[in-house]
Amino acid sequence: MSLLQIQHVSKRFGGLAALTDVSYSVEKGKILGLIGPNGAGKTTLFNVVNGFYPPTKGEVLFKEERISHLQPYQICKRGVGRTFQVVRPLQRMTVLDNVIASAFLRAKDKAGAERIALDALQFTGLYDDRSLVSKSLPLGKRKKLEIARALATQPEMLLLDESFAGLNPFEQNELIDIIRKVKAKGITIMIIEHHMKVIMSLSDQVVVLNYGEKIAEGTPKEIGNNPLVIEAYLGEAERA
Amino acid sequence: MPPIILAVLCFLPLVGLSSYAMHILVLVIMWSIIGMGWNLLGGYCGQVSFGHAAFFGMGAYSSGLLYYHFGISGWWGLLVSIPVLTITSLVIGFICLRLRGAYFALATLALGEVLRVTAENLVKFTQGDLGILIKQRTWVEKTWYFYVILLLAAGSFLLVKKVMESKLGYYFVAIREDQDAANSLGINTTLYKTIALCLSGVLTGMAGAFYMNYMGYIDPTTVFPLYDISIVTVMVVMVGGVATYWGPVIGALIMVFLAEVIRSMPKIGAAHQTLFGILLIFIIIFLPNGIVGDFRKITGLFKPRGALK
Repeated sequence: MSLLQIQHVSKRFGGLAALTDVSYSVEKGKILGLIGPNGAGKTTLFNVVNGFYPPTKGEVLFKEERISHLQPYQICKRGVGRTFQVVRPLQRMTVLDNVIASAFLRAKDKAGAERIALDALQFTGLYDDRSLVSKSLPLGKRKKLEIARALATQPEMLLLDESFAGLNPFEQNELIDIIRKVKAKGITIMIIEHHMKVIMSLSDQVVVLNYGEKIAEGTPKEIGNNPLVIEAYLGEAERA
Repeated sequence: MPPIILAVLCFLPLVGLSSYAMHILVLVIMWSIIGMGWNLLGGYCGQVSFGHAAFFGMGAYSSGLLYYHFGISGWWGLLVSIPVLTITSLVIGFICLRLRGAYFALATLALGEVLRVTAENLVKFTQGDLGILIKQRTWVEKTWYFYVILLLAAGSFLLVKKVMESKLGYYFVAIREDQDAANSLGINTTLYKTIALCLSGVLTGMAGAFYMNYMGYIDPTTVFPLYDISIVTVMVVMVGGVATYWGPVIGALIMVFLAEVIRSMPKIGAAHQTLFGILLIFIIIFLPNGIVGDFRKITGLFKPRGALK
């Protein structure tokens, strides 16, 4: 069953076409990797799904319901959580308070919110850092905090925007484990990523964007062998 | 800590302070309430307002107009100001809260001025520049005014504390830190900013309603001024400590005393606004979190150098 359906979505900013007629769907319980060169429109697509931008054309369905006219907080309530490419923890709050703030979405009282938050922190391995001010966290932990915050809203689907950028190999492996655990909980994931190793090892399905258009879709293996993709993306990366 | 301070304050009038000293105390407590109100919106929720005179004035006038038009006690204004200020806040919120940062601040600043000019010109309704005079003040002594405002302040302090420890508080701070992130974490930012504005407006308005009854006279330039109310409100919280429970109280104490001291000085007195400006610059540079927020930094200054640890 497809949990999220993106149907003929186009997004224009004035004369600039950031997305042109993109369609695909994400199967429940799977991980979909969204890749493409810089400026391909990946984050724009996240912003459309997440409700920051209404699509110029087309629509987004979540559990067969149209969500592309809703506000981000309403979409979050329906079960879509997201993280940001530029990490945005609530700087002057402690790690625990950060997660509590998002846990209130599903909790009746503060005790309930704290329970959900502590669970999320344990899950992401941040439990011992819970009383630190989030400003003082190193990047790797901030990325985990982003995921913990999104998880505390108890989503059915998680949008991860470049969670691996800037991490060292050790932190990358830790994060891969966390994402596998999230998947094991039955949460569907859509992930934007530049690290090919990460995408190839995690994704069940890969969608490739280039200049705002979908140029390929398939299993990681199919994508790796697709000449269009190699030219647009992998080829470019090799030259660089 | 708060109960002890409250108890001490309760006994203060029994010591037999002079009428002037009581007046200063009443002003300090009144300004703490305004500061607490501003702090909810500007400190915790991050929506900096330069127009709190609008709320103060609306509160003062809802009390004054009740007395003037219906001949009932101005004290009813304390109650009536709650719905009046809620409606005012909703209207102001509808106009201003779609703006962010400096634009929000400028819009509130403009609205405060708009209300002042309106009060000046609706002569039939507000008596314009003539102002409103309560002919018979409730008490001659200041003692009971002191207890009324102390009760209001204790209530406001508790309210702020309760709010900040609840879901609302977490949401306010989340909005201050990052509106977009808060929004995508399921927080209806517009709704919660509006709630912060209403709470802030009601607290400030109640202080205004008290002011009408306490001073016995108001006119548009005393309750709607940009400098003497709106800017001083911001300064009270900045000096005391933004987003701290005691910041508004400490700030009010310092600002009211400073104002009295500076004004009573010969020659320099006329320049008190200039001196306040200089003070604000110093605070922003050296104590950006205010006296309560940077308390450690201040105590550190008085420790002998090199003797740390």
